[in-house]
Amino acid sequence: MKFTPLGCLAGLCLLAFRVDAGEVRAAVAANFTVPVQKIAEQFQADTGHSVKASYGSTGKFYSQIRNGAPFDVLLAADDTTPDRIGKEGLGDAASRFTYAIGKLVLWSKKPGYVDARGEILRGKFDKLAIANPRLAPYGVAAQETLESLGLWSGLQGRIVMGESISQTQQFADTGNADMAFVALSQTLKDGKTIEGSQWVVPRHLYNPIRQDAIVLTSVQDSEATEAFMKYLKGAKAIAIIRSFGYDLP
Amino acid sequence: MTPEDLLAVWLTLKLAGTTTLILLILATPLAWWLARTRSLWKGPVAALVNLPLVLPPTVLGFYLLLVMGPHGPVGRLTESLGLGRLPFTFWGLVVGSVLFSLPFAVLPIQNAFAAMGERPMEVAATLRAGFRDRFFSVAVPLARPGFLTAIVLAFAHTVGEFGVVLMLGGNIPGETQVVSVAIYNHVEAMDYGAAHLLAGGMVAFSFMVLLSLNLLARRRQT
Repeated sequence: MKFTPLGCLAGLCLLAFRVDAGEVRAAVAANFTVPVQKIAEQFQADTGHSVKASYGSTGKFYSQIRNGAPFDVLLAADDTTPDRIGKEGLGDAASRFTYAIGKLVLWSKKPGYVDARGEILRGKFDKLAIANPRLAPYGVAAQETLESLGLWSGLQGRIVMGESISQTQQFADTGNADMAFVALSQTLKDGKTIEGSQWVVPRHLYNPIRQDAIVLTSVQDSEATEAFMKYLKGAKAIAIIRSFGYDLP
Repeated sequence: MTPEDLLAVWLTLKLAGTTTLILLILATPLAWWLARTRSLWKGPVAALVNLPLVLPPTVLGFYLLLVMGPHGPVGRLTESLGLGRLPFTFWGLVVGSVLFSLPFAVLPIQNAFAAMGERPMEVAATLRAGFRDRFFSVAVPLARPGFLTAIVLAFAHTVGEFGVVLMLGGNIPGETQVVSVAIYNHVEAMDYGAAHLLAGGMVAFSFMVLLSLNLLARRRQT
């Protein structure tokens, strides 16, 4: 968790002065880590409610929620898990909505390595990292992209898989993989592209990565949680979400 | 079980077997030195050997990823030797497993050598046996229970390894996807049936290992 000291201080003051301030316990998909921190900061400044977020893979959260994990809301990396949670009565299906649509990029830490059209995928390289398609929606999108390009079967043996989209980026960040398919939100920092080179994969090469949020039945502070869900749909949150390269429906 | 799961089982056994063999070769002289030496270096070396007992696997995995990566000293060495990079390969996992299980191989052998005392080797020396002869026909047979324990523990501990493999492996079927990682994938993908099959097998295997260690210890006492 990264809060600015000033933000923390402001939060503490608010907590001290506002007795009606609530807390939202959020399970958040790893690719949305930084955006949700920014949104939570704004949300707290505007409403006094705080957000306690845990970050991880959507599949892991699903298992935990099924087994009674103490969360009020899930911000998933896909739309199938929230759908399943709604159908199984673990969450409120009516509260479900798409808070962001993810974009896929091919990223390398080396400047000038990845070209503007992704031709490097047909060239010479040692290892390409993708998230495990069984576990991560961005892994599915990476596989779909490689399949659309007709490269999937030819690249077997050169593809390494991260268990989450964060580990996938870490493989490329340490230089152990030459490049990686990650979320656009991971290669943006303060609105600017981080060090390295990248190719934003055209939308027609993979199915849209719809990221849905849903309120869980284990919700404790429903007032703060409802306020947070409403805030996520508001102009301020949308501006932050867009600044990280996500689309909206 | 799917072919991929069977591949994971085979790979796990191969990794554990290779690791155990390398550990025996490394741990035997190390254990001998640690059991006999009066050097000031004994403390630091013993502490270094036992580090993996207390370090979280994430620490080991993290440093190995950096050291064996293209910017790390070991990575540069392997690349200049034409061996390529070690992370995401079977041999990369072997290196990680050897370090991770080192204390489990060294400690039992060291204890067995220490318990034997100086006397048997001295007696053998008076019979004009050379050091190599004395070591292999006196010390090793006397320390046999220690060696057996070391083999079983090193093998089992490698089978039970997870954190280092997860950080270093890259999840490649037949190359780095061992059973513990396959179980993790099944659970994450919500395929609990497949997870149970492998996880249940692991419980049974671990129980048998500990039971056989117990029987081994009992036979030694009688």
